[in-house]
Amino acid sequence: MKKIAIIIALVAGLAACSSGVKLNDPDIVLGTRKAPIENRGDTANSSAVPGGNTTQSAVPTVNVPDPMNDPANPLSKRSVYFDYDSFSVKDEFKTVVEAHAKYLNTNKSRKVIIQGNTDERGSREYNLALGQKRAEAVRRALAALGVPDAQLEAVSLGEEKPKSTGSDDASFAENRRADLVYQ
Amino acid sequence: MSNRIQHILAAFLATLILSSPALAQFRIDVTGVGANQYPISVAGFKTDARLPVDIAAVIKNDLTRSGSFKLTEAPTTMSENETPNFSELKAKGADAIIGGSISKLADGRYDVRYRLSDVAKQTEIVAESVVASEGDLRFAAHRIADAIFLKLTGERGIFATRIAFVSKQGSRFRLNIADWDGDNIQVALTSPEPIISPAWSPDGGRIAYVSFESKKPTVYVHSLGTGQRAVAANFKGSNSAPAWSPDGQTLAVTLTRDGGSQLYLVPAGGGEARRISMSQGIDTEPNFSPDGRSIYFTSDRGGSPQIYKLSVSGGESTRLSFSGNYNVSPRVSPDGTKLAYLSRRNGKYLVVMRDLGSNSEALLSENGTEESPSFAPNGKWVLYATNLVGRDYLISASTDGRVKQRLSAGPVDIREPTWGPFPR
Repeated sequence: MKKIAIIIALVAGLAACSSGVKLNDPDIVLGTRKAPIENRGDTANSSAVPGGNTTQSAVPTVNVPDPMNDPANPLSKRSVYFDYDSFSVKDEFKTVVEAHAKYLNTNKSRKVIIQGNTDERGSREYNLALGQKRAEAVRRALAALGVPDAQLEAVSLGEEKPKSTGSDDASFAENRRADLVYQ
Repeated sequence: MSNRIQHILAAFLATLILSSPALAQFRIDVTGVGANQYPISVAGFKTDARLPVDIAAVIKNDLTRSGSFKLTEAPTTMSENETPNFSELKAKGADAIIGGSISKLADGRYDVRYRLSDVAKQTEIVAESVVASEGDLRFAAHRIADAIFLKLTGERGIFATRIAFVSKQGSRFRLNIADWDGDNIQVALTSPEPIISPAWSPDGGRIAYVSFESKKPTVYVHSLGTGQRAVAANFKGSNSAPAWSPDGQTLAVTLTRDGGSQLYLVPAGGGEARRISMSQGIDTEPNFSPDGRSIYFTSDRGGSPQIYKLSVSGGESTRLSFSGNYNVSPRVSPDGTKLAYLSRRNGKYLVVMRDLGSNSEALLSENGTEESPSFAPNGKWVLYATNLVGRDYLISASTDGRVKQRLSAGPVDIREPTWGPFPR
């Protein structure tokens, strides 16, 4: 559903862009086609000319990276890991938190849910409260960087949605985590 | 040969069909016996009807699983009107004999009659007629077992009560309702997201629980008879740990709308929340005292999670647990004299029973992966979840520590058991 909304937004955006261009300007309208068409030595409408050019150059795709999925962009990192029995955001996650704060401050319509998680040991409800402390630590860090409360919600999944289902230290560490989930 | 394979295939398919949509059946193991075992003879009930339930078998299982009875040799069938052979029963060691009959009524329901007699005195102790629909025959049998239990032990039985628990099969979570012995499983809710902390309303008609279906914990109240669900608490942040007030009007819940996890009261039908705990730490897992005036809860305000008690009308909280650095999930007994909770001892999570008068405590479990203790409504049993060598079990342990009933569902993830109230 969300994907569809994004696609609609993109299409609408493209339409908005092209409407700003003079449609009767042939250079611009044909701009993207110009290179391959030129090589054919003719116009696109008379491609059936016998003995015409048969080489068609490939069209390279240029992708504008989605900042949320670009490994080079700190926004692509949306998990903050915590030490055992700890609920403070470690220095190594500062850049991640700062990137999201900047993004949220410039995209005021975006909202993020911060989901805290814990390992599986002990009471489920107490773990839910511990996960909340982790989510709350990240929420506070974002708030301290100027992100308004209305864009943030700290919630906990406790031990209920483990990323790693093992019962060893590595799995427990993987689950001591807060995730940023954009709405 | 091929015939045999067909049979095996048919049996295999039947197993598949029975086990995949819901939990098929628990296997029950009982260990230990009560301090006193009352010898009783339970005869088969006379009937012409073809019944889906063996009434006498349900009564026998209830009585023996309680640990308070042992079965002596019984007549194959004996109606409530027949005079028992008292001298023979006495020779076989029985102190009491029960016989009965089941007949179909014109409206399709069944009339279940029984008579309990004292073997030594050769007199009637109790005789009754219970009318039940076909679907309620098991319930009727549990009711009869409760009546026998009350007459012979002087205590109210829990055979007609139900338990709730959560199972996870594949990616599906289920809220299950079952008889106290794990039989007669019915699924109240299935969801692709976790369900935790089920809590029975005092009248047994509703269950409050936490569902993650909206990608965050939200408290629902679910009417078991209709399947109707209503949001009881969905404030910003997490909403969890519902506990019913004894009058069934109010839920104590944990909310994080003001930052940390704190205790609030909300109307069971949803509405405004009133904060009742004020600490810098975590306050969660509320549980009302039977008089409704106090709440037992878990708090880490002192640095580690411990059990505290506060008055619903306000005031200071009192710390109740001191040994160890992890004491959580308090549940007060129905008479208010005992507290069951989860305690970490040498890395093991164990169920502890504390006498609130003498402050003495005893370990009720020994495995070490225990969770979610809850009292039976007569205070004589504590139900909890545990995991042993990768398998989940529900354990009902008698509070004197003598008897344990272990329910096993095989390779199915089961958790969050909670014992329901007496039936109305």
